[in-house]
Amino acid sequence: MSIKISNLTKVFGKQNAVDNISFEVEEGEIVGFLGPNGAGKSTTMKIANCYLPPTSGIVEVAGYNVTEQPLLVRRNTGYLPEQNPLYTDMYVHEYLQFAGKIHGLSGKTLKNRVGEMISLCGLEVEQNKKIEALSKGYRQRVGLAQSLIHDPKVLILDEPTTGLDPNQIVEIRNLIKNISKNKTVIFSTHIMQEVQAICNRVIVINKGKIVADDNIASILKGKNEIIILAEFESLPNPDVFSSLEEVKGIEIKEGSKLEFTVSEDIRSKIMKVAAANDILIIGIQVESSNLENIFHQLTTVKQDD
Amino acid sequence: MIEIIKKEFNSFLSSLIAYIVISVFLTGIGLFMWVFPETSILNYGYADMEALFSFGPYVLMFLIPAITMRSFSEEYKSGTIEWLLTKPLTDWNIILGKYAAGLLLVVFALIPTGVYYYSVYQLGNPVGNIDSPAVIGSYIGLLLLSAVFTSVGICASAMTRNQITSFVVAVFLSFILYSGLSSLAAINVWAEFSVFIEKIGIVYHYNALSRGLIDTRNVFYLLSLSTFMLLVTKLIIGSRKW
Repeated sequence: MSIKISNLTKVFGKQNAVDNISFEVEEGEIVGFLGPNGAGKSTTMKIANCYLPPTSGIVEVAGYNVTEQPLLVRRNTGYLPEQNPLYTDMYVHEYLQFAGKIHGLSGKTLKNRVGEMISLCGLEVEQNKKIEALSKGYRQRVGLAQSLIHDPKVLILDEPTTGLDPNQIVEIRNLIKNISKNKTVIFSTHIMQEVQAICNRVIVINKGKIVADDNIASILKGKNEIIILAEFESLPNPDVFSSLEEVKGIEIKEGSKLEFTVSEDIRSKIMKVAAANDILIIGIQVESSNLENIFHQLTTVKQDD
Repeated sequence: MIEIIKKEFNSFLSSLIAYIVISVFLTGIGLFMWVFPETSILNYGYADMEALFSFGPYVLMFLIPAITMRSFSEEYKSGTIEWLLTKPLTDWNIILGKYAAGLLLVVFALIPTGVYYYSVYQLGNPVGNIDSPAVIGSYIGLLLLSAVFTSVGICASAMTRNQITSFVVAVFLSFILYSGLSSLAAINVWAEFSVFIEKIGIVYHYNALSRGLIDTRNVFYLLSLSTFMLLVTKLIIGSRKW
């Protein structure tokens, strides 16, 4: 078991930042840690890195207890903190060497590792620049490179794609996918698509509590509401489709479109009904925004308890 | 810890702090020793290094906080403290690494003043007519004093994320510890305790060392003051876990 958290609670003043959560991450798993701002994602990660102590509960990372063996935990984890703090007055390779030396690498091994990380993270061109001269995307790569320098068993990434442009997001996601082979990776985000793009399992946390812990497919299935958006040549009468039993609601959208809220993917049935009624469909798709709906449902409904 | 020292010292060198500190120190002390008519040895007529050892502490009182003010404050501000504290390093590794790097820089500023000693030695009549044990004692005193100022600076830096606050606090604390206490001791109100209060201050012990008599009590006092400030620093750094 690479990460084992049982009954973890963290209290700041009177506020329970993390409220009695438990989960386990197997070796080799990539887990997305999802939640709105202030849900307790970063706090959990900081505890897993021994930066903050837990108020109560047991946290084991890479087989070591964070309160009893913090140095061993840190030696076996790579961590990319939120906002990716870097020593901006250092050169890229100088910084990576420093990070490597702190982890006890030296001589040829250190040189090789730094070289590998630079090519893995695509920093060849930038390696002789000062970090302050790098764009945000490249800084993020430097942050990833330093977290990997000692080949850690467990990788903890706190919002690795925040503030990047769409191209950079894709690049960093691919990078995470590449490096995560045979490592345990846990990364936090508040973007559901990101989890879907990188990993299978997702842990959703809200107000310090775990509200979902499953693979994406079953979370999608569990919430039996899908949104289908159909575009017609000319707007038909919505009542035509209300005979379908799966349809829970129909909404008229701009540009002769109808939005169906349905319990399962019934695109073919909609097409058949349309064909039977001589209505021409020019486009039909399952809206990906249902991910956001689910996220919204998971993180707002259960607030009262 | 060695890595932290190297990294900190490198950043002194690459950010010009090192050159500025060393050149300001040497220029300042050089002016006092050789140029300003009131304090110049050439006018004074006695072959000693009084100027270095009496003005040195006041120059260091400003320069050392300037060296140390960024050590933790900048890490707090840029967030790198979280990175550093999640590496396989203990709090002591980090504190002592930063402390040693700062002290090392001060030592590098002090080394060139050996030239002054050599000059005074040669200018003496007859040549070599200088109280060498007193000079050696004073150097040890100055070194230990620098160690105290550095620990005060590191501690002040650990208190705040604002470098200017850290600088001001460090200068003020250094001043109070160095001569402030002994000046306060002169107030008549607590006349009975004045010797005790004076002994808490640094200047009493520093002057004792300057006479060339290396008394372990004075050395121990200065070392324990540094240790105390570093313990306070450890307490502040560790306070995130409370």
